Amino acid sequence: MTAKELRTALSLEVLSETDPDRAVTGGYAGDLLSWVMGRAQSGDAWVTIMTNRNILAVAALADTACVIVAEDSAVEADVSALAEEKGINLYRSPLRMFDLCCRIGALIGV
Amino acid sequence: MSEPVKFHFDVAGDNFTSAGEASVQVKKLLRQLNMDPETIRRVSIAMYEGEINMVIHAKGGTADVILYPDRIRIVLADVGPGIADVDLAMQEGYSTAKDNVRALGFGAGMGLPNMKRYTDSMQIESEVGKGTTVTMEVYLPGANPA
Repeated sequence: MTAKELRTALSLEVLSETDPDRAVTGGYAGDLLSWVMGRAQSGDAWVTIMTNRNILAVAALADTACVIVAEDSAVEADVSALAEEKGINLYRSPLRMFDLCCRIGALIGV
Repeated sequence: MSEPVKFHFDVAGDNFTSAGEASVQVKKLLRQLNMDPETIRRVSIAMYEGEINMVIHAKGGTADVILYPDRIRIVLADVGPGIADVDLAMQEGYSTAKDNVRALGFGAGMGLPNMKRYTDSMQIESEVGKGTTVTMEVYLPGANPA
């Protein structure tokens, strides 16, 4: 499943979508950046409520397929702009983190 | 035999928002050199953790990346407060980061353990009051370093 297909299936809000065809091969949830960096796999959809600029560096370095901000956590406009600039897929959903993860799991079959 | 390729970066100590710039740049450079993706991931994650540590604890420092035919060496040096107990600092979950740092999602006590996890060798030289130098190496796939 591609990032765009996942976004469409979950009706995610698009904050940045520079790589819509990126394959989503798994998922990870977490807010502690080093924890995420150590455990998330390349190609994961990363679900978090953390929204500062550092999430973009973590997403880029851990090579996640997209970042999904859960629970409509507030995202500053400059973070969305930076995601665009850095080539990171950044989405948002009103769903609670747990519910979002369950939906993602059902979609990608993990 | 040709000289190894070297990159040098100055890591600013006061800026959380731009922290990680050097790591992201290294990631790009390695990608341009057609390194394999997992090696790039390991190098850039280990370097990012070290960079963040220098920003959090040491008011910045320097990062040097040296590309040898069989390995990539990363040397992170700062003149910060030093690490009093390296063994303790290496334990997952141990952190001395302040609350403002934790609020940003850092300070989980995973930095050094992640650096060790993602590299093939890691050495920490630290003296309290003088600073810390961390040297890490990632071996390239198929290479058999002596």
